[in-house]
Amino acid sequence: MMGRVTSAAQAIEVVGLRKVYGDREALRGLDFSVARGEVFGLLGPNGAGKTTTVEVLEGYRERDGGEVRVLGEDPGARGTRLRERVGVVLQSCGTYPHLTVQETLEHWATLYPAPRPVAEVLALAGLEEVAARRARVLSGGQLRRLDFALALIGDPELIFLDEPTTGFDPAARRAAWDVVRALRDLGKTVVLTTHYLDEAQALADRVAIVKDGRVLAEGPPDALGATRYRVAWRDDAGSIAERFTDDPTALLHELTSAALARGEQLEELSVTRPSLEDVYLELTTAADEPAPAVPA
Amino acid sequence: MSEASVELARPRARQNGWWATSWRQFRLERRMFWRNPSAAFFGVLLPLLLLAIFGAVFSNNQHDLNVIVPGIAGMSLMSATFTSLAYNVTTLRERGILKRLRGTPLRPSAYLAGLASNAVANAALQLALVILAGRFVFGVPWPRDWGSLLIFAAVGVVSFAFLGVALSHLIPNPESAPAYVNAVFLPQILIAGVFYDAKDAPALIRDVADVLPLKHLVDGLSGAMIDGTGVGDHVVALLVLAAWGAVGALFAVRGFSWEARRD
Repeated sequence: MMGRVTSAAQAIEVVGLRKVYGDREALRGLDFSVARGEVFGLLGPNGAGKTTTVEVLEGYRERDGGEVRVLGEDPGARGTRLRERVGVVLQSCGTYPHLTVQETLEHWATLYPAPRPVAEVLALAGLEEVAARRARVLSGGQLRRLDFALALIGDPELIFLDEPTTGFDPAARRAAWDVVRALRDLGKTVVLTTHYLDEAQALADRVAIVKDGRVLAEGPPDALGATRYRVAWRDDAGSIAERFTDDPTALLHELTSAALARGEQLEELSVTRPSLEDVYLELTTAADEPAPAVPA
Repeated sequence: MSEASVELARPRARQNGWWATSWRQFRLERRMFWRNPSAAFFGVLLPLLLLAIFGAVFSNNQHDLNVIVPGIAGMSLMSATFTSLAYNVTTLRERGILKRLRGTPLRPSAYLAGLASNAVANAALQLALVILAGRFVFGVPWPRDWGSLLIFAAVGVVSFAFLGVALSHLIPNPESAPAYVNAVFLPQILIAGVFYDAKDAPALIRDVADVLPLKHLVDGLSGAMIDGTGVGDHVVALLVLAAWGAVGALFAVRGFSWEARRD
């Protein structure tokens, strides 16, 4: 748990964020922080509160409680300066159908004080070949790349990507991943929401697993799995038994000595470090189980 | 090092004053308007087509022509602002374009001014076309009171623009926009004396038309264009029109949503 919001070195700090829709609590005291230059993944099932969270950070939603700082500012104030420094890729958002890709980017560039050159953004987003086409004839994947391009044209320090690859074919996903990696290489801070574990694993420096409006775990994708070990064996009844532990040495000692005392063998005994997927499934499917301690 | 070269390659910071921003938006809206064939047709050609048809029907009757020309002028002002803004704002909202723009530093008032100016430009274009066609095709004289004409046109355009934006808040999606818009627009042009002299209508129809704004705009335009009666003779008409504008402005601002309607 973090204390008060004080640090200016963080790109984003969220403490105790709450959001209520009618009588439904969408966010129930969310905490996390994102360092500058980091790719941060908000991971969770549909309806977990990922989009609500980023929309509060983007300034689209007013929060009902908690502290939020984005690049040192309160996004709820909807300051022009903050919007000049932030790029947003929303989940499904149209553009002007009768403008070409080039024209659309040129117009969006006029909205920012120091835009990136249009040609550079076209190249970065992989849109050079369709620059002269009107938006209405673009494919879904091309439109998504235009979303990326429009979020980048203002040369933002921080970019929000809300489920950037949902509905993509594998090739388009890889292309989008390359764009995110390119953004990180440019020193940008990226916050992406996703329900694809491989995407979080491939792109994010750190992830927060969100469910029911709470952060269940936060840390680097590999470290999330590494702190807990899965010990499995085949029991007397012939089915696989498993235990999770932070201390496999002690658990193995306990299990093996008990087995030896009974004069039995632990068939197919194995110790594995769970993948992000194992952690995710354990956290998001188990109800009301305390979250594991994970170093942030 | 590479960062420095990127700095140099960057275009100079733009002038993002309010007027510059809304002017750029206006020019963009104009470009998109002409690229959208159905908008360009309904916005510019349809009023002229109606004028041609009714003009041909009444070609031997100068009194009827004197009714039709200001009537179609009023209808054009309404369709250029009310109809097109109701449709446009609904579409922009439901496509998510408004939401996307909301995430940029674009100033909302400058954006909306640019968007509305596009409708005003169409209204001015159509009014000019109707006056020219009236003068050179249908033998209607030049407007007798240009000042009154401009005042009624201006108040009418502003009022119907606000009413159009207000109506857009009631329209759930672009597909149903034509139904909503026509449910308001068509009955009004039929009873407001666009195609016939409103004095000839039954009392009930006249009473309903008296409450609605278009009839008053047509009266004012007719006075300015044909009868030579100025604003002084149509104060009530101007006030009713302005009152509708005030109501429209209230609801246009209050109900404005940058995001698509979802449950």
